[in-house]
Amino acid sequence: MAILIIAEHDNCTLKGATLNTVTAAAQMGQDLHLLVAGSNCQNVADEAASVEGISKVLLADNSVYAHHLAENTAQLISQLGTAYSHILAPATSNGKNILPRVAALLDVGQISDITAVESADTFQRPIYAGNAIATLQSLDNIKVITVRGTAFEAASTGNDAPIENVDLQIESNLSSFVSEEIAQSDRPELTAAKVVISGGRGMGNSENFTLLEQVADKLGGAVGASRAAVDAGFVPNDIQVGQTGKIVAPDLYIAVGISGAIQHLAGMKDSKIIVAINKDEEAPIFSVADYGLVADLFEAVPELEQKL
Amino acid sequence: MKILVAVKRVIDYNAKVRVKADNSNVDLSNTKMAINPFCEIAVEEAIRLKEAGSAQEVVAVSVGPKACQEQIRAALALGADRGIQVETDDNLESLNVAKLLAQVVRDEQPDLIIMGKQAIDSDNNQTGQMLSALLNMPQGTFASEINLQEGEVQVIREIDGGLQTLGLTLPAIITTDLRLNEPRYASLPNIMKAKRKPLAVVTPETLGVELKQHSKLLKVTPPAERSAGILVSSVDELIEKLKNQAKVI
Ligand SMILES: Cc1cc2nc3c(=O)[nH]c(=O)nc-3n(C[C@H](O)[C@H](O)[C@H](O)COP(=O)(O)OP(=O)(O)OC[C@H]3O[C@@H](n4cnc5c(N)ncnc54)[C@H](O)[C@@H]3O)c2cc1C
Repeated sequence: MAILIIAEHDNCTLKGATLNTVTAAAQMGQDLHLLVAGSNCQNVADEAASVEGISKVLLADNSVYAHHLAENTAQLISQLGTAYSHILAPATSNGKNILPRVAALLDVGQISDITAVESADTFQRPIYAGNAIATLQSLDNIKVITVRGTAFEAASTGNDAPIENVDLQIESNLSSFVSEEIAQSDRPELTAAKVVISGGRGMGNSENFTLLEQVADKLGGAVGASRAAVDAGFVPNDIQVGQTGKIVAPDLYIAVGISGAIQHLAGMKDSKIIVAINKDEEAPIFSVADYGLVADLFEAVPELEQKL
Repeated sequence: MKILVAVKRVIDYNAKVRVKADNSNVDLSNTKMAINPFCEIAVEEAIRLKEAGSAQEVVAVSVGPKACQEQIRAALALGADRGIQVETDDNLESLNVAKLLAQVVRDEQPDLIIMGKQAIDSDNNQTGQMLSALLNMPQGTFASEINLQEGEVQVIREIDGGLQTLGLTLPAIITTDLRLNEPRYASLPNIMKAKRKPLAVVTPETLGVELKQHSKLLKVTPPAERSAGILVSSVDELIEKLKNQAKVI
């Protein structure tokens, strides 16, 4: 049986996390279908058709799917899903929101946030903020899974898979879209950036984050933050890195004024190289850092920016 | 309005996790346990709605072995009115928890159900969404603000790119994110008072819910260790190492 993959997109472009999910799916089976559910999203379907390894794109283009409301989208996926052995989505906020609803509608469990595929029914996933790795075997006939993007390479593009229209219009009238505030940024997306520089409570205020933005711009990187920095209102919620925020694994992660609580480490400790800048040499972040600099960030970061 | 909040007993977020030597699971013996932080936020939100006059009753429910009565009492000490324990084994899968909660909801008929977005032990982030599916109710996950309106609740959700506001018909299910509120501490008199609040015990059998196993835990291993690197003495040395040793800039 084929595998159904749920595409992550904003009706304009296909999001990178989809490509990592395709790679995970390819380790479970051969026949991969990519579902694009949205509104006015032909563009996304065209991009989806170019993903290597995809044999078919399913396009459900209808205004009822415009905002990816869980009530409508989960019904759509569960109706299509009965014909598949696996249903996969990236562990993005959309995937996390919709897929458990799909699983319950199909009366099967979900395996969340997998980081390795051992076989078509056995997977690894971090538990306890990444302090333990569980190996789980699914006993369900349809395996519903979310995939941690940083654990799998992105699938390449260059394919030309056929696009099939899905004429299912499902509207629950249980929820309605009111508004959205999406941050605009010219920097690379946090979860896909090669370099991430994150600030914590030590940054002191929102203005000081420009220090990090300047370094990020020199390195072509993205800016992240600890929970404390987000809670304090220095930066928006969507750049929180950690157990309950975004998971990142860039080539270079620079933690500035971050103590290194396990909940923060859970979101970044798979980075290739970790740098910590902190004035407290006892800070736990140094125990995971490849390079630690014990210094006042207000001296070290401007100097770093200048010398790069 | 009646609000149902679900609370889970988990390892304290500050406690250290050890994996058992035989790799069968984590070792929680002699580990400090607590109410899951996201569930605590759920309880706080329900109590605030009650204090604001929007809700009349807050019922706290937990699914688990007898020990989880401690977490129900903790919710009662924060201000919930009564508790329900669904007596089960430990480590129930999310769908089974959702099925048990669904029956409690059918019996209790709350207008709003508030629960944590994820438990910090399994990190699954599933139960609220599954419960919504089983009850065919709308879901407002990862909530950072809740506004009750006439026959509707508006939820501001933390999503990947920023914030999204949804309107949900009632009854609805909301899962909490970190910034919904900052939970209070229970006062000593309230902790004493909580001991006398009603706490009912039900079982999957009395609820008429059949549990099913959906996955098998094959093993639990410690994560790959990351060893500490070196301390550099200056920004110059840092840049030199990143360029020539790590080759990442
Ligand atoms: C349920 C739950 C979920 C959580 N999820 C997350 C999550 O996803 N992500 C996350 O990050 N946290 C999360 N946390 C919070 C986590 O436990 C920590 O509280 C948080 O990570 C601390 O942030 P911080 O390191 O910025 O602040 P602090 O721990 O206060 O550390 C600030 C650091 O800055 C340093 N500093 C201060 N001034 C300077 C200066 N001038 N120069 C250099 N260094 C300086 C200090 O030495 C200190 O080490 C969660 C907690 C809970 C309970």
